[in-house]
Amino acid sequence: MTEITENELRSQVREYLEANWDPNRGLAEWREMLAESGWGMPHWPKDWLGRGLPLGMTAIVDEEFNKFGAVGAAKMGIRVLAAATILEHGTDLQKEKYLKGIMTGTETWCQLFSEPGSGSDLAGAATRADFKDGKWVINGQKVWTTSAHHADYALLLARTDWDAVKHKGLSYFILDMHQPAVQVHQLKQMNGHASFNQVFITDAVVEASMQVGELGEGWKIATTTLMHERRGADSARRYESGTDRPERIYEEERQEIATVMAPYTWYPQRTGRVDLLVERAKAMGVWDDPDIRQDIAKTLTIAKSAEWTARRARAASQAGKPQGPEGSIGKLAASIVARSANLTHTKIAGPNAMLTGDEDEAGGVVAEILVSTPAISIAGGTDEIQRNIISERILKMPKENRTDTDRPFRDVPRNQVG
Amino acid sequence: MKFSFSEEQDEFRTALRRFLQAKSPTTEVRKQMQTDQGYDPGLWQQMCEELALASLHIPEECGGAGFGIADLAIACEEMGRALLCSPYFGSVVLAATAIREAGSDDQKRHFLPGFASGETIGALCAVEGRGGWAADSISMSAEKSGDAYQLTGTKSHVVDGMIASLLVVVARKPDGALGMFIVDASDNTVSRKSQNSMDPTRKLSTVSFAKTPAVLLAADNSNEAYERTLDIALACLASEMVGGAERLREDALEYVSMRMQFGRSIASFQVTKHKAADMLLDVELAKSAAYYAAAAIDDGDTDARGVVALAKAGASDAYIQTAVHAVQMHGGIGFTYDNDTHLWFKRAKASEVFLGDANQNRERMLQNWGDNS
Repeated sequence: MTEITENELRSQVREYLEANWDPNRGLAEWREMLAESGWGMPHWPKDWLGRGLPLGMTAIVDEEFNKFGAVGAAKMGIRVLAAATILEHGTDLQKEKYLKGIMTGTETWCQLFSEPGSGSDLAGAATRADFKDGKWVINGQKVWTTSAHHADYALLLARTDWDAVKHKGLSYFILDMHQPAVQVHQLKQMNGHASFNQVFITDAVVEASMQVGELGEGWKIATTTLMHERRGADSARRYESGTDRPERIYEEERQEIATVMAPYTWYPQRTGRVDLLVERAKAMGVWDDPDIRQDIAKTLTIAKSAEWTARRARAASQAGKPQGPEGSIGKLAASIVARSANLTHTKIAGPNAMLTGDEDEAGGVVAEILVSTPAISIAGGTDEIQRNIISERILKMPKENRTDTDRPFRDVPRNQVG
Repeated sequence: MKFSFSEEQDEFRTALRRFLQAKSPTTEVRKQMQTDQGYDPGLWQQMCEELALASLHIPEECGGAGFGIADLAIACEEMGRALLCSPYFGSVVLAATAIREAGSDDQKRHFLPGFASGETIGALCAVEGRGGWAADSISMSAEKSGDAYQLTGTKSHVVDGMIASLLVVVARKPDGALGMFIVDASDNTVSRKSQNSMDPTRKLSTVSFAKTPAVLLAADNSNEAYERTLDIALACLASEMVGGAERLREDALEYVSMRMQFGRSIASFQVTKHKAADMLLDVELAKSAAYYAAAAIDDGDTDARGVVALAKAGASDAYIQTAVHAVQMHGGIGFTYDNDTHLWFKRAKASEVFLGDANQNRERMLQNWGDNS
């Protein structure tokens, strides 16, 4: 492929949109057109619904779409990870079967990796896949599964070899969620929301053709999925709101966004909402309280410092400088900011911190902050794991002694679940 | 440049770090801190003549290099890292900055070239007793006699007051506003007495005045000139502090990595690893704030005062916390005089309250915060 310039690309997108974009079309019809033209996922290969554009240039396409107010392909949630994994490791049959439903948004995906018995230690997964009569039979339990209650398919990590060492005995599958052997139950959290599910799998069936990659390569493939998750964390978890324009396609997009984002309404609150501190202190009449002012200033200090540290990391990477330690502490810093903000919100609220729901003068937001911040130091890698990573990778301190990688997995002590 | 340094700035830092590693090892720090004057005049001359360090933020028309506060802060960070014994902070950062901010053009052209060349060593006399550096706790008043002023009273906690040839004194003008006054330190109405400083690498003294002739620095808004002097000094101090904190953190890491107990490196214990990770977090956050603050002054940000106070508050907490952890990670040896950790611990402790402690700076931050939250 010859290199395309930014200007050529912009005019190609504009030309396509001028000829085809119509907000009174249905979402499904429009996305079919995007699949056909390759403009929905322009970085996908030409043979597979894309245009083979370098990933770095997709932002230009997005910009042109935004100028037109044109809706793009479905990009929220696990579907993006499913697509990336299938494109990288999947067979032609799998690409044929799934890619289009992913980008048009007609089919929804979830990720069956974490288990009650393996959280931080993801490679300790003990859900089993046994090959019987030409098919894989799956048994086990998964957890923290976003969207499982309305997912059509799942990316599944399961153990196929119990005599191999831990990381070598896992394989990767695509599981059809629409079978009675797969039971999904919501998992209610301490803040009352239920953003995730538990998935109970009893003799579920996976066709042999729905194994992804080679047998025993499951961990390697899961690692690429997780890498895409981290890379895309900003965009996948964006708090999408859509536009309030009246035409039919926007209405359908709003419904799609509302469904995907429904579990996440509390997510801003888990950060501690530092942005509300001054406003809440003024509203509660304690802005002049010297003790509370100290707490507010302490929280603002670490929050701003963490923000500026992230900016330093970004500036270094943009300048092509080697990544310094500032790039690895953001997750841990976010926990500390959230905890500090929680304490300060508590002091600002005073006795009202004992109330919840409508009784909270901030319309329930503060009450929700107070019981949501513990999530941030656990989800996506606990503070303890972050400290291990920082000390071992950045500070080059000795790794923990391991007793789980030198023997068959069946001999590794593990949790008894279920 | 709030989030990165230019190539020139990186090179400047590298060269200065190499210079200070050679010239200010802890053997030299220990030697200088035990002297009365507290610094090596030969090294000072070399710093000023060969590296032009004293000229950084002094305007070009006053014999300086005309660089910004971010550059000055890099120098301070490296000096804090090396725990350099030098009149740099007292003379260049405090006294020269006061003249830079409060002097008329003629006064700047008259006084600053001596600072830039290092021949003049100045000291800022602000504190009266426990009140510290805050403007509202300064009450010494200057009496007007004809066109000149006279000062009477005592200032304390004067950094490098004993070795200064020129004093900048903060006092009230007859109209009640703060003014900054130039005094010849050798005047026979000036008496100086060194104070026993807990941090022997930064010498403090009292300076007393008895009807001492003084020249008013002629800034239109002298209250604001003093506040701006404080802003710049706070930004530089925050940088000096994060430089020291980083050095402590690195030394403690090096120590635990070689120390064996129970048949294994103590760096292999998770409790040590997690503490080391927390120390990295503390220091990196404080560094980001210090860098941002210095650049905010250079950029003329309207919220620079609040941001600078934030940086000093953050550095106060981070430096002493790092020092406490560093002593602990060394164990018993860390509490001995022969081990170097206490040298930085004492600088951390003294810096914690120098130019206002964390609480005072947090209040200063909120009062100048604007819509930044």
